[in-house]
Amino acid sequence: MNVPAIELRNITKRFGAKVVANKDVCLTANRGEILSILGENGSGKTTLMNMIAGIYYPDEGQILIDGEEVVIASPKDAFDYKIGMIHQHFKLVDVFSAAENVVLGLNEKEPYNLKVATDRVREISEQYGFELDPTKKIYEMSVSEKQTVEIIKVLYRGADILILDEPTAVLTPQETQKLFAVLRRMRDAGKAIIIITHKLHEVLSLSDRVTVLRKGEYAGTVITAETSETELTEMMVGEKVSLNIHRSEPQNLTPRLEVHHINCSNREGVKVLDNVSFVANAGEILGIAGIAGSGQRELLEAIAGLQRLDSGAVLYNNPQTGKMDNLTTKTPLQIRELGVRLSFVPEDRLGMGLVANMDIVDNMMLRSYRRGHSMFLERKKPKELAERIIEELQVVTPGASTPVRRLSGGNVQKVLLGREIAASPTVLMAAYPVRGLDIGASHTVYRLLNEQKEKGVAVIFVGEDLDVLLELCDRILVIGSGHITGLVDARSATKEEIGLLMTKTVTTEDGGEQNG
Amino acid sequence: MADTQKARHREPLLHIAKRDDMAGWQAWLIRVAAILIAFLLVGLVSMALTGESLPEIYSTMLRGVFGRLFKGKTSLLWTYLQRTAVLLCLGLAVTPAFKMKFWNCGAEGQALMGGLAAMMCMIHLGHLPYPLLLLVVIGSSILVGAVWGLIPAVFKAYYNTNETLFTLMMNYVATQIVSYYVYLVGQGSGVIQPVATGNLPTIGNSKQLLNILIVAVLMVLMFIYLKYSKQGYEITVVGESQNTARYIGINVKKVILRTMLISGAICGIAGMLLVSGIDHSVNADTIGGQGFTAIMVSWLGQFNPYIIAAMSALIIFLESGAGKVADTFFLNGSFAGVASGIVILFLVGCEFFIRYSVKIRRTRKEETV
Repeated sequence: MNVPAIELRNITKRFGAKVVANKDVCLTANRGEILSILGENGSGKTTLMNMIAGIYYPDEGQILIDGEEVVIASPKDAFDYKIGMIHQHFKLVDVFSAAENVVLGLNEKEPYNLKVATDRVREISEQYGFELDPTKKIYEMSVSEKQTVEIIKVLYRGADILILDEPTAVLTPQETQKLFAVLRRMRDAGKAIIIITHKLHEVLSLSDRVTVLRKGEYAGTVITAETSETELTEMMVGEKVSLNIHRSEPQNLTPRLEVHHINCSNREGVKVLDNVSFVANAGEILGIAGIAGSGQRELLEAIAGLQRLDSGAVLYNNPQTGKMDNLTTKTPLQIRELGVRLSFVPEDRLGMGLVANMDIVDNMMLRSYRRGHSMFLERKKPKELAERIIEELQVVTPGASTPVRRLSGGNVQKVLLGREIAASPTVLMAAYPVRGLDIGASHTVYRLLNEQKEKGVAVIFVGEDLDVLLELCDRILVIGSGHITGLVDARSATKEEIGLLMTKTVTTEDGGEQNG
Repeated sequence: MADTQKARHREPLLHIAKRDDMAGWQAWLIRVAAILIAFLLVGLVSMALTGESLPEIYSTMLRGVFGRLFKGKTSLLWTYLQRTAVLLCLGLAVTPAFKMKFWNCGAEGQALMGGLAAMMCMIHLGHLPYPLLLLVVIGSSILVGAVWGLIPAVFKAYYNTNETLFTLMMNYVATQIVSYYVYLVGQGSGVIQPVATGNLPTIGNSKQLLNILIVAVLMVLMFIYLKYSKQGYEITVVGESQNTARYIGINVKKVILRTMLISGAICGIAGMLLVSGIDHSVNADTIGGQGFTAIMVSWLGQFNPYIIAAMSALIIFLESGAGKVADTFFLNGSFAGVASGIVILFLVGCEFFIRYSVKIRRTRKEETV
């Protein structure tokens, strides 16, 4: 029997006492084979691969290379075992050329000779069919060229086990096809290739075998030719788990926020929101489901006035005046001045919603510090608010003057959500509000959102756990690659249904295929 | 399958972990201890170099700072305080910018331009009535300093240019402008003789007291501004996270411009103090590199005006004390730099032990599978 190039046995990795990123994960990858690691967000794919690449060190379990147990304590060790990882975020020096970046940090015996390196880079490019000019500077390159440099960098170092962390996330469909052609050529040259992804159709078209992870645990390995999208989705989402989240029937539904055909591009000019329309009603929780990075963040930021739109409109049905306010080109401050009480719990709690180094009281003032004409701050009310939130939401903290960075994730979220709710909003948007929270803190968040819904607030909940979405929300909007791929009733929909919608391939008008 | 356990665990012996739990008084204890150890080391180094005894070295040092005892008073005390005040003033000036994470390395140039403005008024508007002249001197130095600070801020806010390089370059421009002015006015002699018009008034018979008082008031105002004003709050938010600033609707550009105006204006005041209050003349070396020392002082003081004052006092103490030791025992003038270097190294180094705890990892036994 041939020995696998790399084998993981019962790998477990914990972060702190509570978070288990990987639990008893096993996998094997053979030479001349492409293995996909499939899983939802937070299922531990990247953590697992980082352990092979020497960035993390497993708490338990073994790593075997060619049947020999090894210790990979640093990226250098990984190189010694000919393992090369291409990260999602490139690590290149902008002002250097491709060839210079490739040889950077290489400790060779021969003196540094850029010409030899350039020729060698060219040789590797030709061998596997990359299109790359080795003398081109990184800052002149497109994202896909940068990725090529990263791949050549590890090949130059002689890697024959390649790990790619979501390589297609930043590529256009055409570039993806080119990358796949290169990967197939590398497979045929006898390399072991591991590719992390959550795009089902890519898994099916590219890989030979698939290992599925679910919430950090090993969910199984299947041969691609013998499986189907439905089976993979089921493995990914798992059995339905009952969470016992209380859900009341929505009362007095009235349209509160209307989003009309909005389009939005990111800094690289890639479309992140494509013709998105929906209505959020007062008195219900509207869930937004989707793979991470499908445009959820941009959508919420567009509503909050933080994202410039290419076209489309955001309208707010003002319950006080009964009129429609157009929020489309307004800044957050202008939106507030219109009397729109829009609260937003962003995904990046400490980087956006709160200031990590400020204490709880000062964080309470973030939204309200401008009040009054005095040039000095008024800390009395924020202090009372901080104390009230600490007491009502049972925030574990030494006191109201503790910097929020010292609080645990759940307590940070309570502080943020508490502040946003204290502004008595009419629209409350929450992005991944229970990410990283334990069960108790999560249920506090669900309870708070439900209370707001019962008060007649239009709640928008962006989530990743389908079980939660199905039990908490009234309707669920599914978003895939910036498109709305479906709108389902949360009381009757199934996990598989949403899972398929999330990974659905949308055919756009020009006939091109978009990743869903 | 458990027999392949030959692999050696190559884990690092020392394990460094971040810690958040140290009480304030503990941290200060560490800092004070670090300074004391550093002073001991400075003494030992001087002892090794000069062969003098430790008490002799420390008393020389004190004499360098405070002067000889004279009728129960130390003769140099006021000069020492005044030097501290000037450094503190520059430290206060860069602090709001630094809190905003705008690396204003141009205090030197901003102060020099402020000083130049004061000088020009003193020379060319000397005929004005004294109170009016004084107002013009103060106002113009503040204004010119502020403008010199505003220029890099405009480029930062609108074109995102690197403020460190920009402010540094502005220093050279300022130096050259002052050199040119000195050349013009000094008629080729390279010096401007002290001017008697437009000087800051003296309080009683102390030439230094007013300068010191002005900076002391500035220190308190800056503390209040940073801690209790809405603008100070905005500075902190912009400095900590521009994303958060955007999220709550702070106009980041406006805050950058406003803060640099303040920073430049206080630099202008420092320049005015040096020119109108102390030297009564100007040259390219009027600020004497204190604009750069101020950067360090502001950092060492953790952007808290009161601690910055203490740090300024410490730095000036070292400069004059170690300078005296060097003079008395015929050491090279660089000795003062060596001494301050040692103390600052300890002061900065001890922060590591405040923020991190170092644990020695217990050796792991071979695991069974």
